[in-house]
Parts: sequence; C-alpha cells; structure tokens
Amino acid sequence: MNWRRLWAVVIKELRQLRRDHITLAMIVGIPIMQLILFGYAINLNLRHLPTAIADQSLTSGSRQLVMDMLATGVIEPVASAQSPQQLMEMLRRGEISVGVVIPQDFERRLATGEEVVQVLVDGSDTVVQSAAVQLAQMPLTYTPAEPRASSVPLPQARISVVSFYNPQRVSAINIVPGLIGIILTMTMVMFTSVAIVRERERGNMELLIATPVSRAELMLGKVLPYGIIGLIQTSLILLLGMLLFQVPIRGSVLDVYWSAMLLILANLSLGLLISTRAQSQFQAMQMTFFVFLPSILLSGFMFPFDGMPAPAQWLAEVLPLTHFLRLIRGIMLRGADFSDLWPEWLALVVFILVMMTLAIVRFRKTLD
Amino acid sequence: MPGESDIAIRARGLTKCFGSLRAVDDVNLTVTRRQVYGFLGPNGSGKSTSIRMLCGLLTPTAGEIEVLGLRIPEQAEELRRHIGYMTQQFSLFADLTLRENLEFLAAVQDLPRREAEQRVDELLHEYHFEGRADQLAGTMSGGQKQRLALAGSVIHKPELLFLDEPTSAVDPESRRDFWEKLFELADAGTTILVSSHYMDEAERCHRLAILDRGRLVADGSPAELTGALAGRTLEVRAEQPRQAKRVLVQVPGVLSAAQIGNSLRVLCEESGDCRARIEQAFADAGVSATVTPIAPSLEDVFVAATNRPADQLATEAP
Ligand SMILES: Nc1ncnc2c1ncn2[C@@H]1O[C@H](COP(=O)(O)OP(=O)(O)OP(=O)(O)O)[C@@H](O)[C@H]1O
Ligand SMILES: [Mg+2]
Repeated sequence: MNWRRLWAVVIKELRQLRRDHITLAMIVGIPIMQLILFGYAINLNLRHLPTAIADQSLTSGSRQLVMDMLATGVIEPVASAQSPQQLMEMLRRGEISVGVVIPQDFERRLATGEEVVQVLVDGSDTVVQSAAVQLAQMPLTYTPAEPRASSVPLPQARISVVSFYNPQRVSAINIVPGLIGIILTMTMVMFTSVAIVRERERGNMELLIATPVSRAELMLGKVLPYGIIGLIQTSLILLLGMLLFQVPIRGSVLDVYWSAMLLILANLSLGLLISTRAQSQFQAMQMTFFVFLPSILLSGFMFPFDGMPAPAQWLAEVLPLTHFLRLIRGIMLRGADFSDLWPEWLALVVFILVMMTLAIVRFRKTLD
Repeated sequence: MPGESDIAIRARGLTKCFGSLRAVDDVNLTVTRRQVYGFLGPNGSGKSTSIRMLCGLLTPTAGEIEVLGLRIPEQAEELRRHIGYMTQQFSLFADLTLRENLEFLAAVQDLPRREAEQRVDELLHEYHFEGRADQLAGTMSGGQKQRLALAGSVIHKPELLFLDEPTSAVDPESRRDFWEKLFELADAGTTILVSSHYMDEAERCHRLAILDRGRLVADGSPAELTGALAGRTLEVRAEQPRQAKRVLVQVPGVLSAAQIGNSLRVLCEESGDCRARIEQAFADAGVSATVTPIAPSLEDVFVAATNRPADQLATEAP
C-alpha cells in the first residue's frame, strides 16, 4: 500500500464527484426526500372516514360505544341508517366508506362475549379495511368490567387505527433510525459499484491497470470518499430526524456513528464486489436493486422480523441492514450499549471482511 | 533496471483466442531498444490485442513474452513502472482538467511530489497546452486529446512506450509534429512500439510488422520490405484506365491493379516477366498503354503480404 498513490486516487475521485452535480444532489436529496416521505406520508393515520351507523339497540351502552368510536376521529358520521341493508346500499353508492351495525341484542351479546358489532367496509380499499378491523375490536376493549373480555386482553383501551402500510404501528421515531440504514444501503452500494463500472465503460480502467497503482489502492481509493459521504448522510438524517420528528438518541452518539460506519463499509464492499461482476452501469444498478429490495422487505424495516417465515429470516440474517437495524434501534431507541449488541456488529464485521476479500481477489488488473 | 540486453521486446508464438476467433495467431516479434517499431494492419488485425498482451493487460492463450527482460504476464506488475501505454480509445478522465489528469498520473507513477509538479508544468509546456491547463480533458478536440494522452504516457519517462493508434484523430500537419516528438523520445533512449493505419507513418518507423487477421505477414525495415519487391511494381499509363484495368486483372501473374488518377499501379507475382505479358495483353486487346517500372511502396508490401488491395488497410486521413 502506497499512501501517495492511494491519496491520488481519493483526490481524483473527490474532484470527479465535485463536478458531478447530479450525484452530489442525490447524496443530499435522497436522505431528505426519504426522510420526509417515510416520516410524514407513510405514517399518516386514517382520519374522518365517511360513516353511517345503524344503532338498532339504542341502549346507553350502545350510545356510549358510538360516542367512543366517534371520539377516535377515525370515523365521521355523514348519514343515518336503520338497517344493515341500508348501509350496504350506501356503501355501494360510495356515500360512505364504513358502516357500523349495532344489533338489537347488543347488551346480551356483550354479556356472553359474542360478536357485538358488525363493521361493513368498502373492501376495495385495503387501508379502510384494516381500519375496520380495529374498529371491530372496540367493544371488547371497551368493557373492562366484563369478565369474558379479559380472556382477550388488548393493551389499549381506546381504538387506535393505524395504516395498513405500517402494521407495526411504527412512528417517525421508529422510522428514522431504520431510514439511516435504508438510505446507506441504497446509495452506498450503488455509488461504489457504478463508480468502478463507469471507469470500465469509459475506458479509464485500461489506463489505470497499466500503471503501478495496486488493486487495494484502487479499491480503497474508491471506498474512502464514499465512506465520508455516507457519514455525511447519516449526520443529515440524524439532524433532520431530531429537528422534524424529535427523534431521540438514547444511547451514545459515538455508538450510532460506529454502527453507521460498519454498515457503510459493508455496503461499500458489497458495491465493490458487484463492480467486479457488472459489465455496464445498468447491470450494476440492477444488481444493486437485487440486494436493495430484500434488504427493505426482509430486514425488519417494513415488516416485523419475527412474523416472517424461517427461510426469509435466514436470508435476512445475511443482509447487513438486518443487523444494522437491530444495532441502531437498540442504541437510539432503547439506549443500549454498543458492546451489548456484539452479535450484530460482529456479523457486520464478518460481512465486510468476506466481501472486501472477495472483491479484491476477484478484481484483476487485466482485461480478460 | 532488468535486462541490459539490446532487446526490448521478444515474443514467441504469441497467440490470443477469443472463443473460436484467433485474434492474434502465432506472432513472433523482436524489438530492439531505441527503435520506433511500427505495427501496421487493417481493422481487427490484432494490433491492439498484441499490444495489450505485451504490456500484460491480456493473458496470451499461448506463447512466450519477454519485455525489458521480464517474463510477461508473470512479472507484469514489475513491468508497469517502466512502460507507458497510450490506449487507442481516450482513457484519461474526461471530467478532470488537463493538469489534474497529469497530476494524477504523476502520483500513481510514483513521482515524488515536487518532481511531479515540475514534470507536469514541463509537459504542459512541451505539448503546447499552456493556458489550457484548467480545461476539462473531455472538452478537447480529438487530436488534442491524443496529444494529452501522449504527454500522460511519458510522464514518468518510461523506457518503453506502447502507442496504440496515437494519431488516428490528428490532422496531417500535427501528425508530423507528433512524430517529431516520437523521434525525440527515441533519441532520448525510449523504445517505441506504435500501431497505425497510415502508410506514411509506417515509412517513418525503423522497423515494422504487418499484421493481417492476427498473423504477422511481414516484418523488417521499410527499406527491406520494399526492397524485397524490387522489379515487381509497374506503373501503367493509359487513356482509359478503367478499360486498362479490366485487361490487367485478366493477366496471369498480376496480383493487383489500383487506379491512382490517370495511371494504374500494378503489383506482379514474384516469378518474372510480368511486364512482357501485360504489354502483350494490351496489344491483344487493342488498348493503348505504356508500362514502366516504378519503385515499390509500403502499400505494395501490404498488398503482396496479404493478397488484399491496399485500400482495405485504411482510408487516408483527410
Ligand atoms: N475482448 C474481446 N472479446 C472478443 N473479441 C475481441 C476482444 N478484443 C478483440 N477482439 C477481436 O479480436 C480481433 C482483433 O482486435 P484488435 O482490437 O486487436 O484489432 P486492431 O488491429 O487493434 O483493430 P483496429 O485497427 O480497429 O484498432 C477483432 O476481430 C476483435 O473483434
Ligand atoms: Mg486497435
């Protein structure tokens, strides 16, 4: 390893980056856009669904239930109805999205623990459907005095309806730490793989490999500038997360950066490995997405890890993002210590070593 | 430095296959130091592939290579500090300025920082880039790019220089300057292997090899190569050259007849007395034409070696 040559490669890379305005814009733009997208848009709870309620019981209990449902703000009465048939008709005409039927024997059903309300929904909208599921659970949570109800313990006494797209009820606070991982996975793998493949496409590689610059110098010279960029992105998300969503960092900030650094290196070495395989920038992008999609879906960012079938879990254990999420959620949200989470960072270190070695071994200073 | 011998490059049985294609086929080659050695051949004849194998960028399918006393490809890494390589395609960084490109090359070629600075300035001056040092390399014209690439390839004063069609985009006048540079470098002790389509460039080389479809079909100094054709080239002047050509191609022993303006350039087979037969044929056909011997050129050498018309070699630059 010759430091002067390594430095030359780093400087060259930074100079090229400085002139690449689109990439520069993406470096800053992707984190901001994603943060706002995931933070605000996807976290939208359902509100004010047009509703009609057919209360056939008309007891104090049923009225109390209706009041409670309305108090959630999820549903808003826009019409009145007497029978389920009427509700169906209104649904069909699109006048309402939700119809609630409280049957005549409401009190008796409540006492025996039977199904007490019927919630009719516009089934074409999955979001509304999931809201209805929550509403339907309402009576059981509403009657704490009822002994039968305690057999189905639900943690909350009030209805809370969450988006179908957010089944874990993840709020911005939960999303932001994971988002660091998502963004680093997306940008780091892509930047490195494309950076090297581009040189091959443009013919620069033939010049480079005819000089004394070594494989390791070339690879590290690529990785270092992008590593710094990854840290900048991390800082940007943390800062915006604190400003916009009051995301706490309960553990140590240094630990957060250690974790980010590990994920960055893991992704960069993966990008390098991809670059040794891809023949064109387009292929490099495709391979990046080949890794990116499972990362998003399986890492536990979108769907709860424990709910996945075992093969998916095995696959997820191979993805760096899975381990990073456990690290960063532990540190930022539970205030866990870096050393307590050793299986996670150890997994990342192993991943980095394997990928980096493979990349350097596979990279040949020849054209064949 | 390894190998004080007078041989810069020696290749034996050099072969490269891409699948079923033999891009380079059993080429033997010896290049002496301080020579300008030319590689002449049409498109796809294997010039670039040979050069890449000689600098260790491609692994030969078969054959032995020794460059500057080093076995290639085994010792290619060691070789890299002693050679300069100018690729056929522009391979400097289009999004770096001239100075940045040269600085980068100086650094990866291990020039000490201070020396590198001096050398970059020196090259910018010597290659007429004063005042353009901060222009992006990608915005230069084709010929300028090639001049810059040459500057880049000599930044560390290599002993051996591989130039792959260095003047393909250079206008004829600048080409002369370019070759002046090459001879300066050769005088300073650099061995140069240069590939080209151009006959006039080939004539300037100390020695040259003619490649055709991967095979080395002739090599020697330009004088040797043309000398070997002495007596086999004729010039035919005729009122109607096209008619004369139709007659000529029927004559046994005529390898080619190329029209140049109002005259025809004829290359004959080795076994003599072609001229008499041609004159006889003209007389029989009732075509009035005069036949005179003419000095052979490298184009004739190419045609004789490949049995293909010279216009397949390349079209001259405008
Ligand atoms: N990487 C490769 N894979 C497959 N075929 C190749 C490869 N490189 C070269 N070839 C083939 O080998 C032959 C020789 O190519 P080469 O580039 O050496 O020709 P050249 O003499 O340099 O031609 P030109 O004057 O056009 O530069 C061509 O037919 C080419 O298509
Ligand atoms: Mg070529």
